[in-house]
Amino acid sequence: MRPARIVADLKVVTRSYLRNPVALFFSLIFPIILIALFGLIFSGSGTSPVTLQVVDLDHGSPEAGVSESFLSALNNTSAVKVVVVNQTEENFAAWLGQNDDPVGLVIPAGFGANYTAHRPTTVLVYTDPEDAADSGVVLGAVQGVANYYNLHAANGTEIVTLSQANVGSQVFTYIDYLIPGLIGFSILTSPMFSMVDVAASYRKEGIFRQLSLTPLTRAEWLTSHFVWYMAITFVTAGIMIGAGLVLFGARVNVTLGLVPFLIVGPLFFVSLGMLAGSVAKTPESAALIGNIITFPMMFLSGTFFPVSDFPAGLQSFAHILPLYYVIDGMNQVMLFSNTMRALTDLLIVLVGAVVVFLLAIRFFTWRDE
Amino acid sequence: MTDAIEVDHLVKRYGGLSAVAGIDFTVRAGTVFAFLGPNGAGKTTTTEILEGLRNRTEGNVRVLGLDPWTEAAALHRRIGVIPQDFRFFEKITPREAIEYYGSLFGTHPDPAGLLERVQLADKASSRFDTLSGGQKQKTGLALALTNDPEVCFLDEPTTGLDPTARRAIWAVIRSLKAEGRTVFLTTHYLEEAELLADQVAIIHHGRIIAAGTPTEIIATHGRPERLRFDAGPGLADYLRSRLPLSVRAADGRVEVELHEKTDALRALSAVEASGLPWQNFATVQDTLEDVFVRLVGQMDDGTLKSEGAA
Repeated sequence: MRPARIVADLKVVTRSYLRNPVALFFSLIFPIILIALFGLIFSGSGTSPVTLQVVDLDHGSPEAGVSESFLSALNNTSAVKVVVVNQTEENFAAWLGQNDDPVGLVIPAGFGANYTAHRPTTVLVYTDPEDAADSGVVLGAVQGVANYYNLHAANGTEIVTLSQANVGSQVFTYIDYLIPGLIGFSILTSPMFSMVDVAASYRKEGIFRQLSLTPLTRAEWLTSHFVWYMAITFVTAGIMIGAGLVLFGARVNVTLGLVPFLIVGPLFFVSLGMLAGSVAKTPESAALIGNIITFPMMFLSGTFFPVSDFPAGLQSFAHILPLYYVIDGMNQVMLFSNTMRALTDLLIVLVGAVVVFLLAIRFFTWRDE
Repeated sequence: MTDAIEVDHLVKRYGGLSAVAGIDFTVRAGTVFAFLGPNGAGKTTTTEILEGLRNRTEGNVRVLGLDPWTEAAALHRRIGVIPQDFRFFEKITPREAIEYYGSLFGTHPDPAGLLERVQLADKASSRFDTLSGGQKQKTGLALALTNDPEVCFLDEPTTGLDPTARRAIWAVIRSLKAEGRTVFLTTHYLEEAELLADQVAIIHHGRIIAAGTPTEIIATHGRPERLRFDAGPGLADYLRSRLPLSVRAADGRVEVELHEKTDALRALSAVEASGLPWQNFATVQDTLEDVFVRLVGQMDDGTLKSEGAA
């Protein structure tokens, strides 16, 4: 391995790439599009409170203070955002059906008076069958506040109280999971697709043959490509983290712990792409082999959705995909600050990358018998 | 004079098929050697074996004293190769390509000088994918020279090029020889071989069917020199009755084979004496191309007959 030759080859790779507008677009703009797209589609759900439309029929009664404090208690749960609307009881259901947030609550007339007099009274919750999650949140919140009021009416004491904490130190939103996922996505796809293509087409066009007549070795050639895709990975990761922080208010840790994954990940997939391209006999079969390897990993490694949300069977499948360990490792670094697990993931990827690199050198030949 | 290339009973088999069926030749250092043969004769296979791009099945091969397959790395520093239909990185310019090769070989080539030499100076900064076929081939030639090679392999360097580009490449080949480099050339163009080569070998069906200088090959395998007239078959009959030389008539032409130069005088006076009409006379000699076509044709006929008999 001679650094001068790696640098010379890297220069050619860089120039070829920078002079190709399509390639440039895909590696620099595509990550922004991806993160914007998925961020906009999915970041709505998650932690933002559910809007609850309320018709307070007890408003203006002498005991109206009760319903007002009931609603403000609901607001304080931070699970729902109470919006009092001026609708009649009869029209409310129809009105809700046309509303963007079709979840509603009706406080009956005489609510305050009945509560003060310890007489049963019933609040009515309208749920949305199409949004079970929002409906569940509202039912839970209303039930919780109602229980609290019941307890107080009976002069009871809260025995079990609740204090809230998330796993880890903070509350994560979808966008926080999406950033490591999409960095993993680009660590996988940009080297895989182009290395498979390069391996097959350079052989067909005789460029490898040409290079075999120079002192450049296969290991040097593969190393220069690895360095290039590592650089691409650093840039796209930077873009994704920046876009996530600025556009979507993501709260991920940006630490040096991320760097090893941005090095070892590209090493793995540059080598794997080369290996896939080398064992194939034609560019067409190379593309097919590349797709067979890439597509399952693209969706099932925790790129777009956390693997822990998968059914058990798919979860075990994800655990045999190398990209899972890259993304899980980055999750540990960026979200959970779990250094031990990040190191384990890193070790798995590193060993895999070295093995695949050596296999790629072994199977990728410049010349024929 | 030492031999730059030695080939001793070289055999290459693909499965049961012999692409090269036991050939021998040597190329003296500092000469131009043309390796000819129809498509599929074993030319490219042999060339690739010499370049260390392909292993051989049997036989002994030495280029600059090195085994091309097992000592490829050492050999590649000392040879230059332009393959057939040279291709390179599309977005890279000829100047950058030369600088790249210079870094790979650890040499310090002069891109401007090299491009000047192959008449490509005006395209020094054009991307490879915008170059014409001839300009691409010239880029390949310039690259093959970045490591100051002792032996240059040129595999059909002028195929598909226009006459001007071909002449430019010929000039480079001549200058390579003038600098004392050995040139191993394969080509389809027999006139090219005749013009440039010191030694020629013709390969067909994996065997060498003729070898030597172009003149030797023509003398050994060609027909004798002829005197040709534009005239009818009547003149041919007259000449046959008067001359001890073989006479042929076809397509309004009459040809008299000459054993010695002075036979031409005898033929000419016989023609004059005949009183028959004739026009234009010229002496005709077989070219390397005529010999090539005939040798290859004869061999294929022979093959067909023996196959028919079996």
